[in-house]
Amino acid sequence: MAAEPRYAAIPIRVTVNGVEHDAVVEPRTLLVYFLREQLNLTGTHVGCDTSQCGACTVHLDGRAVKSCTVLAVQANGARVKTIEGLANGDNFHPVQEGFREKHGLQCGYCTPGMIMTAVHLLEINPKPSDDEIKHALEGNLCRCTGYVNIVEAIKWAAEKMKDQG
Amino acid sequence: MFPAPFGYAAARSVDEALELLTQYGEEAKLLAGGHSLIPAMKLRLQSPRILIDLGTVAGLRGVRAAGDSLVIGALTVHAEIAASDLIRKHVPGLSDAAAVIGDLQVRNRGTIGGSVAHADPAADLPVILAALNASFLVQSTAGSRSIGSDNFFTDFYTTALKADEILTEVRVPIPVAGTGSAYAKFPHPASGYVVVSAGTLITRQSSGSCAAARVAIGGVGSGPIRAIATEMELQGKPLTPQVIAAAAAKAAEESDPVEDSYASAEYKRHVATVYARKAIQAAIERASKV
Repeated sequence: MAAEPRYAAIPIRVTVNGVEHDAVVEPRTLLVYFLREQLNLTGTHVGCDTSQCGACTVHLDGRAVKSCTVLAVQANGARVKTIEGLANGDNFHPVQEGFREKHGLQCGYCTPGMIMTAVHLLEINPKPSDDEIKHALEGNLCRCTGYVNIVEAIKWAAEKMKDQG
Repeated sequence: MFPAPFGYAAARSVDEALELLTQYGEEAKLLAGGHSLIPAMKLRLQSPRILIDLGTVAGLRGVRAAGDSLVIGALTVHAEIAASDLIRKHVPGLSDAAAVIGDLQVRNRGTIGGSVAHADPAADLPVILAALNASFLVQSTAGSRSIGSDNFFTDFYTTALKADEILTEVRVPIPVAGTGSAYAKFPHPASGYVVVSAGTLITRQSSGSCAAARVAIGGVGSGPIRAIATEMELQGKPLTPQVIAAAAAKAAEESDPVEDSYASAEYKRHVATVYARKAIQAAIERASKV
């Protein structure tokens, strides 16, 4: 017998930045709003209504995804990493350092999404070319910087991570 | 906006999903990667009463070889297809196409089954799958059937899938030796969707002649269009630049592209011939290496 659809109060268990959370969500609750409003992790941003801008990018089971286009219920049982989960105490992730060193941001609104995509890129491709970085960022829009320093920041981070081995 | 309220069912098996689909009929939509459905629901272009989640069903992901075919689970994401050594070895045109869908994040969620069932006329996978002569395994409470790509994409956003059927597998024949495949895309600069694209599968004899050719064009019709005139110009002929150019020139002959603010019908028909030539040449180069 098929289980009946539920219209409200769906229990989910999600591990976010290493911490397990039991929560209750509506079916239509988007993952980005769950993170921001129920977990108070406001580093993940909502920048558009059309799944284009990427300001909402987080890692879901190790993959960079647009959390505005994922239902919170789809993250049941999954591991999520947000921008808040990158630093190790006071030690920034090299990509975060790169954005500081190379002035990879102005208003900062797109930045968490840019960083989360870049972290995933460097995990699957530790030595990307400029073109590969630009292709990887096709899902992240920036209205301030013109992207040049964002690419430089990621290159800097790739070098730093290579040195760290 | 937020989607309108709906009921959510996390299916635990294909059978359970079929039971729910049969029970709720037109009120229900299947959820795979959700990267066409959820954006539509956020804009309230679609407000299904029920979502049946196929993402919670085990066994629908993965790429494997089975006899003379590659079998791809419907819930396999584009990123996995683009990264698959098995696919790149046998049908690299599919690797090409999966790698240019949307963007990195979209490729981590969007699925082959979802893309094919949604049948967006500006999508990539229907075009290459038509060129590769793929078939789609479809299940219902009455059993299962296989639908060939030539019969699958019937109209804009419309397929041969019945309302109570679920696409569970995509099967791609493993080509014979001496065959190459390729996909060439002219993307819209803002959306990344197909303006015009071409998928090709060319078998080349050691003499240099074309033993077989399949060419599909995207962006010039309601779905992928087989460029039959192009295929006939190639079949049996030596694959010289002149033959390729003459064949590619016919790629959009039968087509009737929709004009839009980005490109006129005439422009799309012309650019289709350019991308047909690119994809034919790339497939031939790969065929020569095998």
